[in-house]
Amino acid sequence: MNTVANNLSAGLFTATELTRKKLLTQKIVGIIFGLMVLLILIPLILLVGNLVIKAWPSLTWDFLTDVPKSGMRAGGIWPAFIGTFYLVVFSLLASAPIGILAGIYLNEYAGNNWFTRVVNLAVVNLAGVPSIVHSLFGVGAFVIFAGLGKSVLAASLTIAIMTLPVIIVATKEALSAVPMSFRVACWNVGASKWQTIRTIVLPNSISGILTGVILEVCRAAGETAPIMFTGAVFFKHVQRGDLFPYHPGEQCMALSYHLHTISTQVPGVPEPMLYATAVVLLGFVLVFNSFAVVLRVYMRNRKKW
Amino acid sequence: MKQNTNISIETDNLSLWYGKFQALFDVSSRIKHGMITALIGPSGCGKTTLLRCFNRMNERFSSVGIQGQVRIMGKNIYDADVSLIELRKTVGMVFQRPNPMPLSIYDNVAFGLRIHSPHGKISRAKEAEAVEKALQEVFLFDQVKDHLDKRGTGLPLEQQQKLCIARLLPLKPTILLMDEPCSALDAEATEAVEDLLRRLKEKFTIVIVTHNMAQARRISDECIYMLKGNLIEHNKTAELFVRPRDKRTEEYIEGRYG
Repeated sequence: MNTVANNLSAGLFTATELTRKKLLTQKIVGIIFGLMVLLILIPLILLVGNLVIKAWPSLTWDFLTDVPKSGMRAGGIWPAFIGTFYLVVFSLLASAPIGILAGIYLNEYAGNNWFTRVVNLAVVNLAGVPSIVHSLFGVGAFVIFAGLGKSVLAASLTIAIMTLPVIIVATKEALSAVPMSFRVACWNVGASKWQTIRTIVLPNSISGILTGVILEVCRAAGETAPIMFTGAVFFKHVQRGDLFPYHPGEQCMALSYHLHTISTQVPGVPEPMLYATAVVLLGFVLVFNSFAVVLRVYMRNRKKW
Repeated sequence: MKQNTNISIETDNLSLWYGKFQALFDVSSRIKHGMITALIGPSGCGKTTLLRCFNRMNERFSSVGIQGQVRIMGKNIYDADVSLIELRKTVGMVFQRPNPMPLSIYDNVAFGLRIHSPHGKISRAKEAEAVEKALQEVFLFDQVKDHLDKRGTGLPLEQQQKLCIARLLPLKPTILLMDEPCSALDAEATEAVEDLLRRLKEKFTIVIVTHNMAQARRISDECIYMLKGNLIEHNKTAELFVRPRDKRTEEYIEGRYG
């Protein structure tokens, strides 16, 4: 009896020619995709490695906290570092509230009509505007028209305009990730829209929103174009380690612009200094980035549904 | 018009359109207080749409057009002076998939009280008392009393559904609308929820939409049979299942279609 069954089932479920081909294709595709991941990683590693190695002689605590000396050919980058910090903070003060509130409106309040669609389209298009164009807009709107002159304020507002669309989109995405059934549950006990948003929707989307905001910090810190004509300055005399060196109405130095000037405008700057400036800028961005990642992971672990 | 105090929900020639599609045709019904009324019929017959009319949940879909009246305790809820917030305090709804809010069990039940208190303030003792009472009423308190601070979303589905019923109770609703409340539950959990509905029905008007004819037969006192947006027959459950008046009802309950 058993042998009969064995004979009948021989060859059952073994791979045919076609199946083997399919498996082979699958393997090859997997390898190609894996290689692409490596291709992304290699430049990153080379870039960061190269920067750090070349910058090593200049990478000291002093370099960060000292002021530039002998026509930028010695000393540190404190004024630029703190300037970047100023620009980021001021731009966030403007763009975060506006962007988040606008995102909430677009996702929670706005009806599905032509006006909403136009606004959404405008937001997407604003995100696509090149930063140099933002810069020219900043010159026209803030420096000249609003009479702010070239200043921390004008530069920050220009950066704010540039970062707004991404904050709006991040907010919308985070809000729409909150399941509709939660909102329905709230409405069915008679909660108003705002009560629903405040008690249920926002607490469950705040991690996504904050992540979007923090990622925008990185762009704000790194962009040179929007501050070039609106508030960045070649050199400014600042006390070493001074935490409040700039008045919002004055111009300031900034890391990205400083890197630009010392590598193109000032002859004879020691190479390690150039690289070290780049490393500090990169580090600034990386610190914020990893903060965003940690925050996201923490918040994600906290929410359960 | 003579007001029958026993009637809780009345619809008069209620028609509803989703855009150009007409989902309800001249539905007139009288739903009584203190009993369970089941809405039955094949998919797409408009039973859920009708249920949603009773607390105006259809309105969150754009392009919904409504004609006719829905009177709850004598008041047309489509009148201009009706506030959705007040309406939904009185007319609570339970859904197919249990949807506790991502809050603790305690907060889920206290939620309704808080949002309806000025500045969200209500005395601790009063709140705790109301929460305990609501959880007692749905026979959930003994199972969850030791972990009221745990997430409502982490409970087993049956308890989640009971929690969803419990969170309506502190608002002292009159009407409970149930949209296939057991279809995501297993047999045992279904029995538990049905038991609960039987015990609650004295105090409320319960309207339940169900796909499950056996369930309608088990728990409802009256049945409304709908087909293609029309109300075909409204009768006592015992009558409707044994001596249907309409040929279409008869065919449906015999399982010839649907």
